[in-house]
Amino acid sequence: MVAHAQIVPKKRHPLLAFAARWLFTTNHKEIGTLYLCLSFLLFFIAGSMAMFMRLELFEPGIQFVDPLFYNQLLTLHGLVMVFGAVMPAFVGLANWLIPMMIGAPDMALPRLNNFSFWILPFAFTLLLSSLFMEGGAPNFGWTFYAPLSTTYGPPSTDFFILGVHLMGISSIMGAINIIVTIVNLRAPGMTYMKMPMFVWTWLITAFLLIMVMPVLAGVVTMMLTDRHFGTSFFDAAGGGDPVLFQHIFWFFGHPEVYIMILPGFGIASQIIPTFARKKLFGYHSMVYATLAIAVLSFVVWGHHMFTTGMPLFAELFIMYATMLIAVPTGVKVFNWIATMWRGSMTFETPMLFAIAFVMMFTIGGFSGLMLALVPADIQYHDTYFVVAHFHYVLYPGAIFGTMGAVYYWLPKWCGHMVDERLGKLHFWCATFAVNLTFFPMHFTGLAGMPRRVPDYSLQFADFNMVSSIGAWLLGLTQILFLYIVVKTIRGGEKATAQVWEGAEGLEWTIPSPAPLHTFETPPVIAQDHGH
Amino acid sequence: MTSFAGGPKRGLMTLLLWGVPQLSLAAKFNMRPGVTEMSVRVQYIHHIGLWVCVIVGIIVFGAMFYSMFAHRRSRNPTPATFSDSIVVEFLWTLIPVLILVGMAIPATTALRDIEDNENSDLTVLITASQWKWHYKYLDSGISYYSNIATPDEQIENLQPKDEYYLLDVDKPLVLPTNKKIRFLVTADDVIHSWWLPDFAVKQDAIPGFINEAWARIPVAGVYRGQCAELCGVGHAYMPIVADVRPEAEFDAWIEGQRLAAELAGEAAVAARAKTWTMVELLPTGEEVFVKHCATCHQRDGRGQGAKYPALVGSEIATGAITDHLNRVMNGKTDTEMQAWAPQLSDLEIAAVITYERNSWGNDTGDIVQPITVYEAR
Repeated sequence: MVAHAQIVPKKRHPLLAFAARWLFTTNHKEIGTLYLCLSFLLFFIAGSMAMFMRLELFEPGIQFVDPLFYNQLLTLHGLVMVFGAVMPAFVGLANWLIPMMIGAPDMALPRLNNFSFWILPFAFTLLLSSLFMEGGAPNFGWTFYAPLSTTYGPPSTDFFILGVHLMGISSIMGAINIIVTIVNLRAPGMTYMKMPMFVWTWLITAFLLIMVMPVLAGVVTMMLTDRHFGTSFFDAAGGGDPVLFQHIFWFFGHPEVYIMILPGFGIASQIIPTFARKKLFGYHSMVYATLAIAVLSFVVWGHHMFTTGMPLFAELFIMYATMLIAVPTGVKVFNWIATMWRGSMTFETPMLFAIAFVMMFTIGGFSGLMLALVPADIQYHDTYFVVAHFHYVLYPGAIFGTMGAVYYWLPKWCGHMVDERLGKLHFWCATFAVNLTFFPMHFTGLAGMPRRVPDYSLQFADFNMVSSIGAWLLGLTQILFLYIVVKTIRGGEKATAQVWEGAEGLEWTIPSPAPLHTFETPPVIAQDHGH
Repeated sequence: MTSFAGGPKRGLMTLLLWGVPQLSLAAKFNMRPGVTEMSVRVQYIHHIGLWVCVIVGIIVFGAMFYSMFAHRRSRNPTPATFSDSIVVEFLWTLIPVLILVGMAIPATTALRDIEDNENSDLTVLITASQWKWHYKYLDSGISYYSNIATPDEQIENLQPKDEYYLLDVDKPLVLPTNKKIRFLVTADDVIHSWWLPDFAVKQDAIPGFINEAWARIPVAGVYRGQCAELCGVGHAYMPIVADVRPEAEFDAWIEGQRLAAELAGEAAVAARAKTWTMVELLPTGEEVFVKHCATCHQRDGRGQGAKYPALVGSEIATGAITDHLNRVMNGKTDTEMQAWAPQLSDLEIAAVITYERNSWGNDTGDIVQPITVYEAR
C-alpha cells in the first residue's frame, strides 16, 4: 500500500482513487485478484446459461427456451466457460503464485500484465452484448464450424470474432509474461528442476498458448474475410473447404484442452504432497510427462474429426497418437497415488478437492481413451457421451482444481483461514451434484442421444431429468462457494505464514496475508530445497 | 438370411440372440449391438475399451481408497520418505503401452473393414439440407425428401407425445436386406451428419464433398437415428428412418415408386390445367407452410427477429407476386431461406404463396395458380 500512496494523488475522490488503483495497478497480486474476480463472475454467467439449458432439457418437448435461443445459450456457455472462466482463473493463479513460488518481486512485464487483464472485460462485453442484438447471439456452438458460422452466421458473429481476437491477444501477452518471468526472475539457486510443479505446468502451458492462440486468431480472421471480403476459405461453392476450418480450429483446439488442464495438474501436485506430508513422488517423471502430453497434443487434433471422411491412414495415425497420450497421463495419476502412498494424510478441504480432481479427471481420461478407438468413436461422436467426457475433465478437472487452489492459497492471500466445516459442505455438495449431472450423460450418449439438441426423444427422458436436477444443485452449490470466499476475505481465524503444516515452498515463507510487495531482495534457496 | 448357416456369421447370430433379452436394459445404459455384423464388432470394441477402463479404474481407485484409509494420519502418524523409483516408473509406463497395443489391434482391423467401400450392390446418395434428408437411389433414379413427421403440437406439448417422438419421418429410406449398400453423403448448405446407430454408420454430410460409408443389413425392420452435427435451429428435428425389407419386397417398392412418379407427373399436368379457387388452395397451403416454413417463420408468420423475418405485412408477402414467387422458388443466397422449386410441386408452391398472402392479416386477395409456378420454373 505504501508504494501506491505515491502514485495516487491525495486529493482524488475515494471512488476515483479506488477505480484508479485497480485500473492502473501493475502489481502481480492485484492483477491476480482481478483475474480471479472476473473469472468468478463469468463462471456464474456461463453457469446460469447451462442451468437454463438444463431447465429446457428437464422434459421432452419445448417448454422454456426456444431452439434458436437454446443454440445461443449453448454457444455462449462454451465460449465463456473456456475463455472467460477457466483460462482467466488459471492466469489469475499464475499471477498470484508464480512470483511468490520462484522468489521474484513481481511479473517481469508489469504494464503488459495490466494490459492483458484489462482487455478481457471489453472482450467479454463485446461477446455478451451480442445477446441483445438483432438476430441474436452466435448460435453455432463454441466450435463455430463453417459454413454454419460464416455463410449462415448471424450479424453478431463479427462481434464474436472481434471478442475472440481480443481474448487471444490477452492470452498471448499473458503467456509471454509468464515465460519471461519464469526464465529470468527465478531467485538465485532456483534451478529449473527445483521449480514447484505448478510453475512447471504453467511454463509448458504458456508455450502451448503462444503456439496455438495465433492459430485461433488466424481461423477467425479467415472467417471474417469469408464473411465480408469475398474470400472462400471455407466455402465449397467458391473452391474452399469446410473441413479445412475444422483442421485449423482443432489444431488450436486440442492443445487448448491441455491449456485448460495442465495448470490443474500443477495444483494437484502442490496440494497432495502438503496433506500427505510427503514429497511429490517422481518429480522428474512428472515434468517429462507434462512435456510429453504437451508435445503429443499437437498431433491428435484429428480425433475430433473421425467422421468427416478422413483417409484410413490419417485415422490410424491419429488413433495411435491419441491412445499414446494415456501413457504420460497415467504416469501422472500413478505418481499422485504414490505420493499419497504411506504418507500421513489429513483431509482438509483443499486435499478433498485435489483427490476428487485426480479421481474424476481419471474418469474423464478413461472415456477419452474409449473415444480414441475410431470404430467406437463413430458411435460416440457428437453424442452425450462426449458431453460427459469433456465435462468430467473440465468440471471436476479444471474447475475443481481451481477451487482446490482457492481453498489452499486463500489463507495466504487474505490472511484468514477458511471455515473448514463450510468448505467440506461445499465439497460434498459439489461432488455429489457434479456426478449427478454428468454421469448419466454417459448413458444417454451410449443409448444414442445426439448432443446440442434442445429436445429429445422419449427413451432419454429419465436420465435427462436426473442431469437437470444435478445441474441446478451444482449451480446453487456454487453460491455457497461465493459465500465462503467472501466470508473468508472479510474475517476469520488468523492464518500463520506456514498456513498448512506440511506445506513446502517459498510462498509459505512470507507472512499471511502476503504483503503487496514480496521478495524485493531475492530469497536464499537452500541447497537441499525442493526436489 | 440363408447365410446364417455357419462361419463367423453364426457367432453374430448368437450375439444377436443373446442380446435380445437384454435389449431394453442395454438400450438405456449401454451402446446397443445394432443389427449389422459391423455394428456388433463396434460394440465389441466399445466393450474392450469399457472393460479395460473399468478394471484399471478398480485397481487405481482401489489403491487410492486403500491409501486414504490406511495412510491417514490417525493410523500412520509418520510419513514414509521415499520419493522416486525408476523401476515403478518404468513399469507403469510399459504396462499401459502393452494394454494400449492390445486395444489398438482389434480397432485397427475393424477400421480397415469399415473403410472398405468397394464392391457394393446398391448406392444411395444422401443429401442433407436444413432440416431434412434427400435420398436418391442412383441405380434406379428414384429420389425424394424425408421430413420429420412429429407434429408441432407434440413438440409444443399440446398433444401427448407418441412412441417415436422426434424419430418419425414422412418417407423413410427403404433398403433391401443382405445387400452391401453404399451411402454417398453430402450436403447442400451447412454440415450435417447422417447417423444410424444400428448400422454403426455415422458420416458427416459436408457441402461440396461426398463422403462414403456402407452397411449390409441382415435383418428386416425399421431403424431410427438422428442428425449428429449441429446444423442450426432445426438440428433436433431431422430424424433418419430406414425401413429395411427383404429383397423381393424392396424390388416391388422400387417398382411402386416408379409408378407413383408417373402418376404424380400426370396429376401435375391436371393441376396446371385447372383454375383453382382460394378455398381449394388454402388448406394445402397451410399444410405446406406448417411442414416446411413454420420452423423459422413461425406458425403465426411473425418470424424470429431479423434472422427469420416476419411474413405478416412483409414487403415480399404483400408486394409483387413475381418477387414472392422468386423468393420462394429460388431462395435467398447465403441465408437459411432455401430454393423450394426443386422440393415442392407446382400446386404446393402455388398453395403456400396463396396462403402466405392471405393469412394472419395479410389480405392481398391474390390467388396464385399452379400454371404460373410452372411457367416460372
